[in-house]
Amino acid sequence: MVMAKLGDSVRRVEDDRLITGRGRYVDDIKLNGMLYVSLVRSPHAHALIKNVDVSAAAALPGVETVFTGADLQEQLGSLPAGWTIKDMVAPPHPPMAFEKVRVVGDAVAAVVAIDPAIAADAAQLVDVTYEVLPAIVDAEKATKPGAPQLHEESSDNVAFNWEVHGGDYATAAKSAEVVVKQRIINQRLIPNSMETRGVVADYDPGNDHLTIYTSTQIPHLMRLLFSLITGHPEHKLRVVAPDVGGAFGCKLYLYAEEVICGIIAKNLGRPVKWTEGRQENYVATTHGRDHIADVEICGNKDGTITGLNAHIYANLGAYLSTFAPGIPTVLFGLMLSGQYKIPSISCKVTGVFTNTTPVDAYRGAGRPEATHLVERMVDMFAQEIGRDPLVVRRKNFLAPFKNGKEVATGVKYDSGNYQGALNRALEIFDVKAFREEQRAARKEGKLLGVGFSTYIEICGMAPSAVAGALGAGAGLWESSTVRVHPTGKVTVLTGTSPHGQGHETSFAQIVSAELGVPMEDVDVLHGDTDRQQFGTGTFGSRSLAVGGQALMMSLKKVKDKALKIAARELDADPKMVRFEDGVYSLEDIAEKQLPFASVALAAHSALNLPPRMEPGLEETSFFDPENFTWPFGAHICVVEIDEATGETKIAKYVAVDDIGNVINPMIVDGMVHGGIAQGIGQALQEGAVYSSDGQLLTGSMLDYAVPTAEDLPSFITDRTVTPTNVNDLGAKGAGEAGTIAASPAVINAVVDALKHLGVKHIDMPLRSEHVWRTINDAKVAQRANRSVSAVKGS
Amino acid sequence: MVTMTSAPFEYMRPKTVAEASRLLSKYGGGAKLLAGGHSLVPLMKLRLASPQALIDLSGVGELKGINSSASGLSIGAMTTYHELESSVEVQRAAPLLADAASQVADAQVRNFGTIGGAVSHSDPSADLPAVVLALDAVMKTATQRAGRDIPVERFFKDFLTTALRQNEVLTRIEVPKLPANTGTSYIKQSNKASHYAVVGVAAVITLGADGVCERARVAITGAGPYAVRAKRTERMLVGKKLAPNVIRNAAKRAGAEISGSFNEDVHASAGYREAMTQVFAERAITAAVANAR
Ligand SMILES: Cc1cc2nc3c(=O)[nH]c(=O)nc-3n(C[C@H](O)[C@H](O)[C@H](O)COP(=O)(O)OP(=O)(O)OC[C@H]3O[C@@H](n4cnc5c(N)ncnc54)[C@H](O)[C@@H]3O)c2cc1C
Repeated sequence: MVMAKLGDSVRRVEDDRLITGRGRYVDDIKLNGMLYVSLVRSPHAHALIKNVDVSAAAALPGVETVFTGADLQEQLGSLPAGWTIKDMVAPPHPPMAFEKVRVVGDAVAAVVAIDPAIAADAAQLVDVTYEVLPAIVDAEKATKPGAPQLHEESSDNVAFNWEVHGGDYATAAKSAEVVVKQRIINQRLIPNSMETRGVVADYDPGNDHLTIYTSTQIPHLMRLLFSLITGHPEHKLRVVAPDVGGAFGCKLYLYAEEVICGIIAKNLGRPVKWTEGRQENYVATTHGRDHIADVEICGNKDGTITGLNAHIYANLGAYLSTFAPGIPTVLFGLMLSGQYKIPSISCKVTGVFTNTTPVDAYRGAGRPEATHLVERMVDMFAQEIGRDPLVVRRKNFLAPFKNGKEVATGVKYDSGNYQGALNRALEIFDVKAFREEQRAARKEGKLLGVGFSTYIEICGMAPSAVAGALGAGAGLWESSTVRVHPTGKVTVLTGTSPHGQGHETSFAQIVSAELGVPMEDVDVLHGDTDRQQFGTGTFGSRSLAVGGQALMMSLKKVKDKALKIAARELDADPKMVRFEDGVYSLEDIAEKQLPFASVALAAHSALNLPPRMEPGLEETSFFDPENFTWPFGAHICVVEIDEATGETKIAKYVAVDDIGNVINPMIVDGMVHGGIAQGIGQALQEGAVYSSDGQLLTGSMLDYAVPTAEDLPSFITDRTVTPTNVNDLGAKGAGEAGTIAASPAVINAVVDALKHLGVKHIDMPLRSEHVWRTINDAKVAQRANRSVSAVKGS
Repeated sequence: MVTMTSAPFEYMRPKTVAEASRLLSKYGGGAKLLAGGHSLVPLMKLRLASPQALIDLSGVGELKGINSSASGLSIGAMTTYHELESSVEVQRAAPLLADAASQVADAQVRNFGTIGGAVSHSDPSADLPAVVLALDAVMKTATQRAGRDIPVERFFKDFLTTALRQNEVLTRIEVPKLPANTGTSYIKQSNKASHYAVVGVAAVITLGADGVCERARVAITGAGPYAVRAKRTERMLVGKKLAPNVIRNAAKRAGAEISGSFNEDVHASAGYREAMTQVFAERAITAAVANAR
């Protein structure tokens, strides 16, 4: 029996089933009479579909039927963009292409067979005639005249132009002593959730009930969008997200395959399953990042930063994915003040269609891109004026605040103490000692560098009205139900939808702490639209800050009611009843005690309830926060570079994060570790590479380098605590911090290691050749400079 | 291009090499031998290879086991990387092979992949081809009728191409005993995704009593279309005392045999591979010299 308190490192209750292979994922579901879907996908990045001949496929024994995009065109509708930017072009996105394909992996036909292998074989037999068109993969080039055009609706491939302006950047730049400019590439990443996607669709024609099991982060939103585009009535649609094996943002949308399988199940009256292969996942599931940023920072030689200006080409891929327009705009542009007071900030984002897989949220979603840009530019500014990057950071930090602080981009941070987190990090990491080590190492031909990243993020999505004003198509509040059974056992229903985060533990821990019941007596249910009336899902580090608060509210209602029942049972004034460790008692009469379970029974037997009280003990709450939460922290990275090969290793990594109050430190550490690994992965080695004709060259894990333990040091993590006042838990969100902070810490460290050679910037990923070339180019430039000055001197 | 299932194929599991060879002949090029499957099966899943039949070698006893004798090691083609890296005989008689095997991929691949499959596949980025070249191994093969001993120098022919004939099975790899005062080393830069070699260099250096290099074998993988000996480099080492500048100058010629055909892919350009061939040759030779003393 585990009696948990808030702040305990309770062991994750879901791990037992997940690591012993008893989790239940979509692909584990087998229904009677189930058929299997294999999708024929385009091998071309851009082509007209001239003909689809399914005869050979349909003739293969075991094949039930084959649908083409044209067959289902009417029923499938068009996948929506759920986030709207002013004047945005949102071209149709047919789940199955019927006229034109715009990306390798676009589905053009669906084979349905009695067995997945037969379906795959038959898919090979579908003969599609294409007229191949020129393709474009680079977002900047796509906007130029003469570039291949993806959609009729947009003549220059631009989906939107989004801007934010605070202060007056042009004036700031004019009066600044120093202006530093840099182009920064934030490369495209592939999310690589351990479980790929999958769908099982089951139709009951008798009552028009359609059930879709899908590996998603957003069962309720997915249901809403599905019903909106297909017309299937929402109340007769059930969406279930069973165990979901990771997502990192890539399962946050309505996907083509969900619609295709749902509609095929309806057409055939039989359940169907589609399971995504890994290589299929690389082209059919969203990617992340992919920014080309032209940035300027300006300020004075004393270290004061006075302005920041950025123009971004955001590659959106071939179509607008559900949240895609919100990621490079709101979650990016509004974050550009970082931890600093920067009086003028200007940002313009050009969202561009290209013949590549759609880009949407990936762990951090916009904030890693913003942090990378800000933290890089602060370092470049410091280097330009010849000052220590830490001194420049401190000079520009916002002073500690508890009750809100507005920055130039117009957003209001909740609470912060940026000096505090940095101070703690510098207690752990001795910079002075490192500088000596660095100097000594350089004498021996070894290149060491240290990099800092003092980051801020936006979590706790979201105050619905604010999100709506910024373009969100749905409210982002959260709901919870606490159902106390007659025996005192508790079921929690949450609208959040975990996929690795450990909600079953953290949420149960909150119930255990609040009601004094053991963890074992609490069951946290999620991910089923028939069980939870509504919910927004799990993303943007929102679950605890928003869903946890909804839970707290339901618990408070349960406790209020239970106390009244207890008082009645104890024959006492409710004011005199104490509730502690799951027991109701009276201060003056020690023998009068009542355990929580007895009160639960009394609530249900209803033999002796206070007048007019309804029987039962179940409460539901809805929580819509009034602000986002704004976690922050300071990360320090030390790198070691092999000068002859360019190989770069992370020698040390220190992370101090401030995510407000912590419910379960072990879970938070896990989150931070995984997050840092992904941030380092981007910095060192990940990157989706396309050929100019739109073929994904890093098309499998043989070529796309997901980081492993071998690539990472042991992280040193610590925390400071600055609670938020946006929710009663004081919790801000921990899911993305590591990813947001890590990449600039690594790059800043590499530039620190190479700056004596004149290196000012290097883009990610730090593939050995890239670092090696940077070193060699710097040496060549240095030699050229020296000979120029020698000539001038003579 | 996104399929993850192979085309249909027939499957058979012979008990002898002769039977395996007979089956190869029967399908006349339509069949493939299956060893660990870690090169072949990925190709089949991508449908870059769609053999009509797979002849699984896992039931052929003759292809298994590591035998140690006065003349050296005889290693069955079906010996896995894991067996190589954990075999005391291999560690003692050919530490280079054990060490290189331990640098292949990850534990799952090492539990399945075999030395026979690795060399028969002649993947340009595989590790062991360079190692068997540096060790002067002899490749023993058999068909239904006869056997051959192919000196390793004549074994690797081109990109994914060896001297093996259509119905021929590689049976054993014989590694001669190393002379006294011999040091070895294998150093590679692996691509971060699969750990295949971007460039890998194996060096086997024998020093005389006076410290003069008596014999040098330097072999390179990853850099070009198939693994090759760096003979020019070897010649610049033999007969000399191996001071750092001698090694450096010799290493500068390490890419000469590949010149003009360095590989280029998402992991590295041809130019980088060429430069790294020299860097890793210098490091591998230096390390081999250090443990020869
Ligand atoms: C993720 C991953 C990472 C990898 N990383 C590395 C790495 O870092 N370094 C590295 O060197 N390799 C790497 N490999 C390749 C791996 O080592 C392969 O296992 C090996 O190259 C082939 O051995 P196999 O036993 O699996 O052969 P198979 O795949 O079964 O066969 C390969 C080929 O050899 C033929 N063949 C097999 N045995 C014989 C025989 N006895 N006679 C004649 N022909 C035969 C087969 O017909 C086939 O054409 C990696 C593979 C994977 C999947």
